[in-house]
Amino acid sequence: MNTEFIGIIATFFITVAIAIPLGKYLAKVFAGEKVWTDFLKPIETLIYKLSGINVKEQMDWKKHLKVLLLINSIWIIYGFFILLYQDKLPFNPDGNPGMPADLAFNTIISFVANCNLQHYSGETGVSYLTQQFVLMFLQFVSAATGIAAAIVLFKAFREKTATNLGNFWEFFVRSITRLLLPLSVVVALILTFNGTPASYEGKDQFISLQGDTINVSRGPAAQMIAIKHLGTNGGGYFGANSSHPFENPNYLTNMVEMIAQTIIPMAMVICFGYFIRRKKLGYTIFGVMTIGMLLLMIPTLHSELGGNPQLAKMGIAQHTGAMEGKEVRFGPAATAYWSTLTTVISTGSVNGMHDSTMPLTGLWQLLGMMVNGFYGGCGVGILNYFIYLIIAVFISGLMVGRTPEFLGHKVEAREVKIASIITLLSPFLILAGTAISTYVFTAHGDVAWSTEPKAWLNNPSFHGFSEMLYEVTSSNANNGSGFEGLSDNNAFWNVLTGIIIFLGRFLPIIGPVAIAGLLAKKKFIPESAGTLKTDTKTFALMTFAVIMVLNALSYFPALALGPIAEYFTMLK
Amino acid sequence: MKKYIIQSIRLSLVLLVLLCIIYPISIAIAAKLSNGNGGGEKIYKNGKVVGYALLGQSFPQPQYFLGRPSAIGYNAAGSGGSNKGPSNPDYLAVISARIDTVLKYNPSLKRKDIPADLVTASGSGLDPDISEQAAIIQIKRIAAYRKIDERKIAELVVKYTDRPLLGILGPKRVNVLKLNLALDELK
Repeated sequence: MNTEFIGIIATFFITVAIAIPLGKYLAKVFAGEKVWTDFLKPIETLIYKLSGINVKEQMDWKKHLKVLLLINSIWIIYGFFILLYQDKLPFNPDGNPGMPADLAFNTIISFVANCNLQHYSGETGVSYLTQQFVLMFLQFVSAATGIAAAIVLFKAFREKTATNLGNFWEFFVRSITRLLLPLSVVVALILTFNGTPASYEGKDQFISLQGDTINVSRGPAAQMIAIKHLGTNGGGYFGANSSHPFENPNYLTNMVEMIAQTIIPMAMVICFGYFIRRKKLGYTIFGVMTIGMLLLMIPTLHSELGGNPQLAKMGIAQHTGAMEGKEVRFGPAATAYWSTLTTVISTGSVNGMHDSTMPLTGLWQLLGMMVNGFYGGCGVGILNYFIYLIIAVFISGLMVGRTPEFLGHKVEAREVKIASIITLLSPFLILAGTAISTYVFTAHGDVAWSTEPKAWLNNPSFHGFSEMLYEVTSSNANNGSGFEGLSDNNAFWNVLTGIIIFLGRFLPIIGPVAIAGLLAKKKFIPESAGTLKTDTKTFALMTFAVIMVLNALSYFPALALGPIAEYFTMLK
Repeated sequence: MKKYIIQSIRLSLVLLVLLCIIYPISIAIAAKLSNGNGGGEKIYKNGKVVGYALLGQSFPQPQYFLGRPSAIGYNAAGSGGSNKGPSNPDYLAVISARIDTVLKYNPSLKRKDIPADLVTASGSGLDPDISEQAAIIQIKRIAAYRKIDERKIAELVVKYTDRPLLGILGPKRVNVLKLNLALDELK
């Protein structure tokens, strides 16, 4: 078997082998049971003391959400002003300018929301102060926010009936001290010993062998690249993200980065099962997610390894697959594997340019982001999947003619209404956003903006449409990758995607937590012969069918106009 | 409400110290022990820096191994790919022209000998490597320009071909800058 295949298969199995014990560990950490990292407790106690926090304070679901939204708003205000005035602040060795207001708005929302859509380029758009004190800071805390929100949901199903769901600050701080920070140290060290810069030196200059003077952007990159993957953020230090040789120096670091971005979303699912003492449910969900991911990955590999049919017509050799926008040190197989992972999980980092991938690869990337629940982002992945579960429970209930129940709680009108709103939110934001942008592009192409709408696209025809569809989908999914040919750093795209990212982040956190909080308060109904069991193969299939039907119905027309149309025109 | 605002601000400040000062500076200090001291590994020739091991350079002259096309002209102050879609007619015209150039400089080659990586732009624009095949097909041309035995250059290519990780994971590759530097040393 060829070494590129062995590389990705090995990566997958290593990931699962780390994620399962990590999930069990997390369940213990958040349940307050004894674990080997308890030696970090004094640090946590110190953090609580310095912040004036009493972790014994119990919060109900409303208070959890209140605190979550409050601290997130504080980060938005703090980061927005630093981005605006970074040129006047210290630690700016390359002399980069302050951001215009629309770009600062987009960037701060994007990083607070764990999306990391980047309309600036790291080398020229931000100072070292911004990279570390705003962007990297938010990569940690936005991931911890997602994890803490998921734990609140888990807590709702641990006891039979509960109003008090633990302390938000405790979940949030522990996500950092017991998970994100220690793992970041490990990954950052691996990266830097393989060649990723980690020091604070500014640009370097040298004369190349050919006599050209070359400037080299550097800086403390390894630290950020570690958390950008572990926290499923995806915002790179350099413009080209993890395809940049400094961000991802070799095949080993490529494997490490792929593993890093997958383990926490996988572990959260396992953690759910163990935390609520129904480990079979955790493994069932894990199974559905894995099958979904593989159903996207296998055709992706097929379309990338086949190469570009138009280049095949020119008679050149594409032994390994399509190479435009890819790096030789990873090869097309690992790049295709990464492109599926980064879209089903909400990382959005790339090790090759998605804009240059084959049309059907683009289709699977878009679909991965539209589903947004096959593993999904740090914490939020399981929240998204929870909505699918509720819809599946409801539909199953209707089919057998019983009041739907989930884990011993009746699912009634109010919960189903919330789940429906959240389910409809994604198609609404994606389709309305794409519709607005295509309308502006076609009907007002000549408007005298800094970038005329008709000059937005880097590619003509169906692929150009895909560029816009991808940008909006990525924003809604809080993914952050892009068909980067799109000229997105202008007021229109900055504002549009900023709003979509914001709504696409916080409503899908509020919805599931609210449903869980409402369910937890209800009387517990013991299981009987008539109970719908949610950890069976039948129910797993049902959930999978719900996911397929909902997404196919919502997005097929849009996908047909973009990647599918491009695929068929290329066959000619 | 007020209590939570104050807690949020204080917690954020504490975490700023932990995550943005203690963590990155510790890594930066540890990085001093790595090759390149955490600033990127440099390559020297006669005591002068001529490049970074991880960053590709442009080699347009026919007596050097040609690297991959770059959308940013190997200017390491930035980074990026072409972002051209696979069916874009302008893009296909560019590829076609690149194939013609390769054929012009290497007249003995047939189209099916040319590997895709030699005529397509990388994602970063800084790809330091080419595939083994892309190096092999250039041996004949370089030998003719430099008037050196082909076998000697072929040996060099073998020497500078990096094996897959542990021999089994990932592709083979050739670092163009290191290979070209070694080429200049060859008598």
